Amino acid sequence: MTAIAPDPTGPGRSAAASGPGAAGAGPATTGSPGSRALGIAALAAVALATLYGLALSPADVEMGDLVRLMYVHVPSATACYLGCFITTAASGLWLWKRTPGWDVLAGAGAELGLLFVVITLVTGSLWGRPTWGTYWTWDARLTSTALLAVLLVGYLALRRLDLDPDARSARVPILGLLLMPNVFIVSRSVEWWRSLHQRATITTLHPQIEGDLMVALMTGFLAVTLVFAWLLLHRFRVGWLEYQAQRLDLDQALDARRSEAGAGASRPTGDEEVAK
Amino acid sequence: MTHVGYVAVTWGLSFVLIGGYALTLVARGRKLSRQVPPEARRWS
Amino acid sequence: MWRDAALVAGRDLRIEGRSRVAISQVGPFALLVLVLFAFALDPERGVLERATAGLFWVAVLLSAMLTLGRSAALDEADGVRDGLRLSGLDPGGIFLGKALAVAAQLLALEVVLAAGVIILYDAEPTGIALLVATCLSATAAVAATGTLYGALVSGLRVRETLLPLLVLPALAPVLIGATRAFESALGGVPAEGWPWCGLLAGFAVFYSLAGALAYGALLEGS
Repeated sequence: MTAIAPDPTGPGRSAAASGPGAAGAGPATTGSPGSRALGIAALAAVALATLYGLALSPADVEMGDLVRLMYVHVPSATACYLGCFITTAASGLWLWKRTPGWDVLAGAGAELGLLFVVITLVTGSLWGRPTWGTYWTWDARLTSTALLAVLLVGYLALRRLDLDPDARSARVPILGLLLMPNVFIVSRSVEWWRSLHQRATITTLHPQIEGDLMVALMTGFLAVTLVFAWLLLHRFRVGWLEYQAQRLDLDQALDARRSEAGAGASRPTGDEEVAK
Repeated sequence: MTHVGYVAVTWGLSFVLIGGYALTLVARGRKLSRQVPPEARRWS
Repeated sequence: MWRDAALVAGRDLRIEGRSRVAISQVGPFALLVLVLFAFALDPERGVLERATAGLFWVAVLLSAMLTLGRSAALDEADGVRDGLRLSGLDPGGIFLGKALAVAAQLLALEVVLAAGVIILYDAEPTGIALLVATCLSATAAVAATGTLYGALVSGLRVRETLLPLLVLPALAPVLIGATRAFESALGGVPAEGWPWCGLLAGFAVFYSLAGALAYGALLEGS
């Protein structure tokens, strides 16, 4: 077990990509100076968005204070799409490069996508209730968002089953690659379909927002984007550690087998394994 | 403020969901960091 | 590639022909779904008639889950996968062959369901050209998509529950499009339905290409 030596690089203990390789440091978190800075920025942005969203911006002429829900709902929807895009892109890159980092990223993107799609659906429903009197309406956005949630659940379900990271078959990445096309096709079809039944009144959850309200929305976007980035970074690192831990387990199991099999066979030592 | 309840619940739920997820993420990170030696943490 | 496709399609259909599961089980299941709808929706024929297009296609999709499951199961037996890999058959051809076999079974199923809907729901087939075109393109779409997704879950113990979860959301546009096209045809305004039929055809092309390209990689994996 390596000893924990004092890390000279700063207030935080470093790990992961930006680590300086301090030989004795045994960091105990997925944090790093970079991620801490990002975290602080994210918190500041959230505070700003809360301030603007709940206090400084005026209520909308038509919607009243319900417009404040939009400041959470709209950026969340965007964050969800961003997560899905990351999953698809990373899946494609894995299929091309076959390095495990891309697969880890794909999983991280999907998980974040699921988090934010749930928030999108919940905030959308809560907006709909006082507005239309009902928690759910089959308008294009909500419907295709609901389907998107199911797509993500399915993808994550397949990931959980297909567990061996090194012998990872192409199943999960191909499903990931299909995610964005599915999202696109589904949302276009649903929009086309619902447009046949559009009422004259405002049915969209994305009314025109301008002036002070736009400022609040922008702060919302800023906050959600920074939070998303911070979450993605840490989710990636967690995923990477999981991958490494699985490989270590596998290595140890193989060595246990080998030493069972041959009396004079190579002695496994901890250093050899770790140095791979 | 009109619809105070809806605004409060919406914002509150969002904070809880995202914050809760962030906390579980950090916790998982700590637990895994203990299991994996530092060398394995670099980009391969 | 097409020769390989014909070979694989022939094999799948011959196996199906010998076991007769499609005829003796999936077909009756499809009709059963129509009957269940009647139980659920109170055969004041109004509701069933208005909803005929949608109910037809839901019945097709549910039956397709069974058909696709069996198609995927054919290659799960010991050594079949390796056999396919080593056979030298073009993977794209294997994919197309399997999809064609599924499509053939689904088309036969749709004929049965059409009869069911005419008899049980008192449907009047107008706009036949659109109806047929929709059936062909929707079936192609379902077969191509389903065969690809079937390969994605093939060999997993939870294939039976995972396949519907994965493929039905992807097929939502097919359900939407096919139903709208049928509604237009049955409602006497086929002109509105042809664009939907076009969507279905495009969808089928997309997934056929995707499947043909991906199948090789999927055969390689575990």
